[in-house]
Amino acid sequence: MSGTDAVPSTASGGGAPALVVDHLTKRFGDRAAFEDLSFEVGRGEVFGFLGPNGAGKTTTVRTLATLLAPTSGSATVAGIPLTTENGVEIRRRISVMPESPGLYLRLSVVENLRCFADLYEVSDAGDRIDRALHAVDLSDRADETCGTLSKGLRQRVALARALLSDPDVLFLDEPTSGLDPVAARDVHELIDELRKRGVTIFLTTHRLDEAERLCDRVAILSTTLRTIGRPDELRDELFARMLAVTTVAALSEPDRVFGGLPGVDRWRQDGPATYLLDVSDAAVAAPAVTRSLVAAGADVLSISQSHHSLEDVYLELIDEERKAARG
Amino acid sequence: MRLSRRRILAIVRKELREYRHNGAIITTMAVLPMIFIVAPLIEVLALPASSAGALLAGDPLAILLGIPALVPGTLAAYAVVGERQQGTLEPVLTTPIRREEFLLAKAVAALLPSLVISLVVYAFFLGCVKVFAQPEVASAVFRGQDILAQVLFTPLLATWSIWVGIAVSARSGDQRVAQQLSALASLPSILVIYLVAYNVIPVTANLAFGIGALLLVLDVLGWRIGSALFDRERLVTGSR
Repeated sequence: MSGTDAVPSTASGGGAPALVVDHLTKRFGDRAAFEDLSFEVGRGEVFGFLGPNGAGKTTTVRTLATLLAPTSGSATVAGIPLTTENGVEIRRRISVMPESPGLYLRLSVVENLRCFADLYEVSDAGDRIDRALHAVDLSDRADETCGTLSKGLRQRVALARALLSDPDVLFLDEPTSGLDPVAARDVHELIDELRKRGVTIFLTTHRLDEAERLCDRVAILSTTLRTIGRPDELRDELFARMLAVTTVAALSEPDRVFGGLPGVDRWRQDGPATYLLDVSDAAVAAPAVTRSLVAAGADVLSISQSHHSLEDVYLELIDEERKAARG
Repeated sequence: MRLSRRRILAIVRKELREYRHNGAIITTMAVLPMIFIVAPLIEVLALPASSAGALLAGDPLAILLGIPALVPGTLAAYAVVGERQQGTLEPVLTTPIRREEFLLAKAVAALLPSLVISLVVYAFFLGCVKVFAQPEVASAVFRGQDILAQVLFTPLLATWSIWVGIAVSARSGDQRVAQQLSALASLPSILVIYLVAYNVIPVTANLAFGIGALLLVLDVLGWRIGSALFDRERLVTGSR
C-alpha cells in the first residue's frame, strides 16, 4: 500500500483535525526520509506512528514540529499551516518530548521546568509546574538535580516539561525507549491519563504492544505510509479471522467435519490434532463447527478464535516490503 | 519581529544557574586572564621611579584588553554545540523561542561573567600597582584615559569575541574544535591590541573612536550573522 492509498483515514476526534498531513515529503539530498505522507489526526486522538528504525518517524515529528522544512507537500498543525513563518505560532501550540529527555543535568527538576515555562511564556508558571509535577508524580523530587535521577525519572521530567504549556498536540517520540518494564508501564499510565484529559497525542514507537494498548489508530511507516487504521481494522484487513480447533486425537475424516459448514471458508491441519479454519464470521462458524465435531464423535480439547496481534500486522507489512525490495 | 524579553531571560537565567552549579567554568575563565596580567605586572612593578615616563610614551597596559578579546569567545564557543552535544538543544528549539532570542540570550549570559572577570582582573592589576609599584610609576599607570579605554573597550571587545565564538559554535560539530577555532578567530583582535600596546600603532583619540565605532557595528552585525548561521535543520540532524 502506498502513502496515497492510505489517505482515506477517519480521525476519531470531533471538530477540525489536530493534524492534517497532505502528500508531505522530506528528502536529504537524494535520500527520502519519508515520502508522500497523507493522514489526519483528530482532536483528542492517540495516534500511533509505527515503523522500523530509519523509517522516518522522528523526521516526521521534527518536520511537523517545524524543526525541519518539508521538501514538498503541506500540513496543518494545531490548525495552523506548516510554514517557516508560522514556526513560532505552531511551536506555541505543541509540545515535543524527544526520544532523549534532553534535560539540563546540573539543574534541579523545578529549575528545568521553570526555564521551559518561561520559554512557553505560560501565565501562571508556578501553578503549571506544580500541576505538571503532580501529573507525573514527581512533586516530592522537585528540588533534586536531574543528573541524579534514574532514566525513568528523567523521562517523567521530560513528560512534565511537555505538559507545561497545555499543548493542543503532544508529540511523544519513543517515550519508553530504553526504559525498564516498570518505568515503561508508568509512562503508559501517564499517556492513558492524558488521553482521558482529551490531549491529542502523536506517539512514535516501535513497541507494538505499546501502540496496541494506547493508540486509537496507528499508521505504519517505512519511508512511505504502509497502512493506517485502528489496530483491529488492520488485523481484519490483513488476516482472515480464524478458529483453532484442537482434538484429543486426529480426526479420521476432517474434510467431512469442516467442509461446507456455514461461515467456514477453508481449513488446514496445523499439527497432529489441530486444525485452523478461516472463517468469515466466528459467531456463525463456531457453533456449527462444535455441532459437527460432536456429531463426528470427536473429543474436543478446545475451540478458540485465533488472535492476530498488531505485531503480526506490522511484520506482515514489513516482510512484504522486504520481499518486494529484494525483487 | 518582536523579541520576547521573558524567553531571552529564561535562557540567561538558565545559563547563569549552570555556571553557578559548575564552578569549574568560571574558575577556568578566571585563570586564563592571569596570562595577560603576569608580564605587564612584572614589567610595571620592576620599573624604577625614573622610568615612569616610559609608560606615558606608549600604552603597554592595552595588553590587558586581550582578556575580553579572548576569554568570552571560549565560553561562547560552547553555547550552541555544547547544548547540541548534551542533547538539550532540540527540546529548546521545539519551544516558541526564535533563533535571534536564543543567541542574544546566550551572548548576554556569556558577556556578564566575562565583564565581571575582565574588570575584576583589571582592578586587581591596578590594586597591585597601587600597593607595590613606585608611586611615580603608579601615578603614570593611573591615567584617566587608559582606565576609560579599558572600561569602554572591554564590553565592545567581549561582545565581538562572543559573537565570533557563537558563530563558530553554530557551525561546529564538536565542542573542543569550536573552542579552539574560537581562540584562533580571536587572534586578529589580539594582534591589534599588541600592536597598540607596543606603540606600533600609535593611539590617537580619533583612532580610538574609530575602532570603538567599528567594534560597535561589528557587535550588532555579529548578532545578525550569528543568527543567519544558526540553521535549525543542520543543528538538529547533524548534517554538514
